[in-house]
Amino acid sequence: MAATESTASPLLSMRAISKAFGGIPALSAATLDVAVGEVHALIGQNGAGKSTMIKILTGYVARDAGEIVFDGGPFEASSPQDAQAKGISTIYQEINLVPYRSITENICLGRESRRFGLLDWAAMHNEARALLSRFKIDVDVRRPLMRFSTATQQMVAIARAIGFKAKLVIMDEPTSSLDEREVNVLFDVIRQLRRSGVSVVFVSHKLDELYAVCDRVTIMRDGRTVRTSEMKDVSKVELVASMLGRDVAQVAKSATAFGGPSTHIGATTLEASHLSAGHKVHDVSFSVRKGEIVGFAGLLGSGRTETARVVFGADPVRSGALTFDGASFAPRQPEDAIGRGVGFASEDRKLEGIIPDMSVAENLTLALLPQLTRAGVIDAARQRAVVLKFIASLGVKCSSPDQPIRELSGGNQQKVLLARWLAMGSKLLILDEPTRGIDVGAKAEIQRIIKQLAEDGLGVLMISSELEEIIEGSDRVFVLREGRSVAELPHGEASEAAVMAAMAHGEAQPAEQEHA
Amino acid sequence: MAQAEIANPGVSRRRDWRPFLSRYATLGALIALILFNLAITNNFASWRTLDVNLTQVASIVIVGVGMTLVIATGGIDLSVGSLMAIAGALAPIIFLGKIYKIPEIHLAVAVAMVVSILVAGAFGWFNGWLITRFRIQPIIATLVLFIAGRGIAQVSTNGNLQPFKLDEFQWIGLGRIFAPGNPTANGFKGIPDQVLVMVVIVALAAWALNRSLFGRQILAIGGNERAARLAGVPVATVKRWVYCISGLCAGVAGLVHIAINSSSDANLVGMGMELDAIAAVAVGGTLLSGGRATVTGTLIGALIIQLVRYTLLANGVPDDAARLVKAALIIGAVWLQRRGKA
Amino acid sequence: MKKSSLVSFLSGQGVLIALAALILFGWLRYDHFLGLFNISSVLRYQSMSALVALGMCFVIMTGGIDLSVGATVAFGSVVAAMLSPLPYGMLAGAAGGIAAGLVVGALNGIIIVKLRILPFITTLATMLAAYGAALLLAQDQSVSASYDSGFTDLGQGDIFNIPIPALIAGVAYVIGSVVLNFTSAGRTVLAIGGNEDASRLMGLPVDRVKFFTYVISGGLAGLAGVILASQYGAGQPTEGVGWELVAIASVVVGGTLLTGGLGSVGATLAGVMLLGLIFNVLNFENGRGFISLSAYWQSVIRGAFLLVVVIMQSQLTDRADREGAP
Repeated sequence: MAATESTASPLLSMRAISKAFGGIPALSAATLDVAVGEVHALIGQNGAGKSTMIKILTGYVARDAGEIVFDGGPFEASSPQDAQAKGISTIYQEINLVPYRSITENICLGRESRRFGLLDWAAMHNEARALLSRFKIDVDVRRPLMRFSTATQQMVAIARAIGFKAKLVIMDEPTSSLDEREVNVLFDVIRQLRRSGVSVVFVSHKLDELYAVCDRVTIMRDGRTVRTSEMKDVSKVELVASMLGRDVAQVAKSATAFGGPSTHIGATTLEASHLSAGHKVHDVSFSVRKGEIVGFAGLLGSGRTETARVVFGADPVRSGALTFDGASFAPRQPEDAIGRGVGFASEDRKLEGIIPDMSVAENLTLALLPQLTRAGVIDAARQRAVVLKFIASLGVKCSSPDQPIRELSGGNQQKVLLARWLAMGSKLLILDEPTRGIDVGAKAEIQRIIKQLAEDGLGVLMISSELEEIIEGSDRVFVLREGRSVAELPHGEASEAAVMAAMAHGEAQPAEQEHA
Repeated sequence: MAQAEIANPGVSRRRDWRPFLSRYATLGALIALILFNLAITNNFASWRTLDVNLTQVASIVIVGVGMTLVIATGGIDLSVGSLMAIAGALAPIIFLGKIYKIPEIHLAVAVAMVVSILVAGAFGWFNGWLITRFRIQPIIATLVLFIAGRGIAQVSTNGNLQPFKLDEFQWIGLGRIFAPGNPTANGFKGIPDQVLVMVVIVALAAWALNRSLFGRQILAIGGNERAARLAGVPVATVKRWVYCISGLCAGVAGLVHIAINSSSDANLVGMGMELDAIAAVAVGGTLLSGGRATVTGTLIGALIIQLVRYTLLANGVPDDAARLVKAALIIGAVWLQRRGKA
Repeated sequence: MKKSSLVSFLSGQGVLIALAALILFGWLRYDHFLGLFNISSVLRYQSMSALVALGMCFVIMTGGIDLSVGATVAFGSVVAAMLSPLPYGMLAGAAGGIAAGLVVGALNGIIIVKLRILPFITTLATMLAAYGAALLLAQDQSVSASYDSGFTDLGQGDIFNIPIPALIAGVAYVIGSVVLNFTSAGRTVLAIGGNEDASRLMGLPVDRVKFFTYVISGGLAGLAGVILASQYGAGQPTEGVGWELVAIASVVVGGTLLTGGLGSVGATLAGVMLLGLIFNVLNFENGRGFISLSAYWQSVIRGAFLLVVVIMQSQLTDRADREGAP
């Protein structure tokens, strides 16, 4: 039964929530309302603020302003455990349970049944079985959690939540690791929860799922709640448009520093056919030519980064073929790819890009170092020369080449990381979210640099979640959806509408009609 | 393009200033200790004191250098004491001709020393192989040789003492250079050879860490292994070599030890050395999590620990109490490191 | 096959099978191997390692490690010996030794939980401190334990032909098993080792439980020290060297994962007996005169065992990671 517009007071009401981290606002007067027995979707891109909303609700962080009313009274949670005790449980994307422990323990630990002071296993097993049978799941609850599918593990997490008498269950990307059949099982469970009066906040990037199970949706962008509506009143493309802040019907004005398409595009440098790897990449094919910028578009979780890592040799490939400059290419380590002339700037600079304690100079020359070495000794003068050259040509702002890189701004760090590959004379550069976390001015600089690289003859594979970067910067756009390449759009055809449609539906379509 | 802003391109190079700072802090602590002793300990300001302290510290520092490199990659090596025992057991077997008598004594000694050190290095390589091939945690991988290594040394000598008197070999533990003809009781007696060896090893390692490709790769791995790998650093190879070097250093230290004692007792050589080495590294300012390392810091750390012990002993505090102080020093140093980093 | 069941099966059953095989071998090959005297002395001697291994098992199950137990044994033995001449010597000595161990354990717990210093470094330092304390108290020599007060009966006596130390160890293991399997704290120990962050998120009292595992490890080591002093008639400040490693090896051989989260008290006991019986078998073998394998081989064999088990564990982990959980 779909939840009707309830005239009764909502179960949860978050009003005018604001939060800033170190002066940078993450939430500005955001709101969220969830009725009793409702499944409510919460969507938005990275940095939109939905994770912060959840963290505030579950007690991970404290809000700066606003109020929360839950179950008829004001709500404050000092920690996730506290929120759990007060009726709000969270199911995380990664199963935050203990894999070696039995299902029973994962459900009951923390509120065990006892007999004569010792654990009453029989009672606990029964309780676990009873909870799971509500979801039509009948398994041996004594076996370790890890022996069961992710779907079952998710159910166990939900069962734990119910055992703790949750009134509101927040599910953060619960289906990211489930196959179709398992997703349906989860949805049945969610519908059951709704029937028994438990509300669900459903956070997901998979838009189809929202239509299958949610009653209403709240869309967040730039820290604000931009739209709330019944699921049945809004189309997929409108959802994407609201998330990205684009008007579907509008022709995109130039919003980036890329200028026009590349002028000297040459032969194919990289060709990938039907790549499959890990859990996220199922069937991806694309190519990059000399002097061309190829954009990878897709929602979060579509497998872009994972594909890039496979091309760079950072992760093993399961099936599919790669050629580089016409010759077979099967890198097993990043060294192999680097040797052929590929460079890779990963999306998380801090985690995988910079060596924080080392200087700008050292980070810049890290990949080049073997070539700057004679008999094992680093030629300091040559290293210096290379560093100064690229600091100048890229405009890296630092007090000296010896400054620790962690002290530089995001934009300048990114320049150093780009220089790392430029210094190698790479032929193909893979850039994963090259302007993420960088202020507007530096963004433009980096975009110009990328453009210049293509003009100089490099092939560039650019992954970006910012639509205008993809649209304006790419000579060709490949759209990935749930691990498959679903569309290839040359520059002229890659309108926002077309790309968004591909991201949402999976095939390239002519520009959508305006939604009335 | 915006113009590059570089303040003083000609300014003298200062790499990684943090270990520099903490080295100054440790240096400061060392100086404070020296001043303290100058004030209250009798006969502190004599060559004899310097001699005694440097000699006792030499093998710890030699092992500590290898340990510093291992820790710089984010690992640890618990097997160093056992590797010392193996080298210390093997050398006499060779130069005393127990398996095969090499006629020319200098050749025999040379072969003995080289082979022992290389064998220790090979065991070190084995550690590295376990860690990289099977992805076993360093503490567990090196635990295997900690347990089995000493056993190997004991088995090869059947636990027997191997006494010897061989100047051609014992120079490394007892010899001195620049020794004057008629030294006075507390006067200058020359620089002990092992101190020289220690200084050479420290200088070599410190230089390599700063100026060689290998050294920078070590620090990159310790600083951010994922980023290093993505930048093409051959992580597995570097790690194997680093553990090999730790083994080589342990081998040298083992030879020094038996040279000083004129005998090799597989049951005792290197006992507790891993702890001493790790303590010296930690107190010296190298981060136990890797990425920031200072070889000279390890030297200073070892000197500090030694000097604390000496101060206590010279002023009547029993050796065992000194152990307690040493333990507190280690905890204090590591805790301070964590505070500084967090 | 998933990691947990394969590892537990191979290691748990594997140890028992290896143990049974070794006992069979010894019984067939040597006279008096299964005689009362041999069984009794093996049990009496191994009871100390067994106690230390029990404490280590709990610590390792939380994902930690305790390198100070050997030194704690020495410390406990000295304190026990010193208190043994008092009236009610057996109790006084035992209480003193155990208390000494509890103190070291508590120190470990505080530093690890509150100061958040890695267990490895912490227990390395407390190892130093405990040896220092032991040597200080004992003034660098053995401390004679009192025979008059009945203290030495603890280590040297029997009840119904079963050595008292073995009984003590047996009781400890039974309690340990009950705690592990039937108390919330015991299950929490395993949860912490399995996934400490998830355990916190699940609301489990992680810090408190971690603290207590180190306290218990220290206490059991202290108890082992009491038995040591009582068995040899003297507290030994230099004993216990390397005991922590034998304990770790026993725990690992018994199938407990070094990374924590999975383990069995019973299998640890089997691991202790297996490693201990190797020594016993070697002695018999030397007695036969066919080969003469010195006792030094036991370190090598122990190390080899550890190596094999650790490699096996890592292979299984790798396979499980690759094909198992997404």
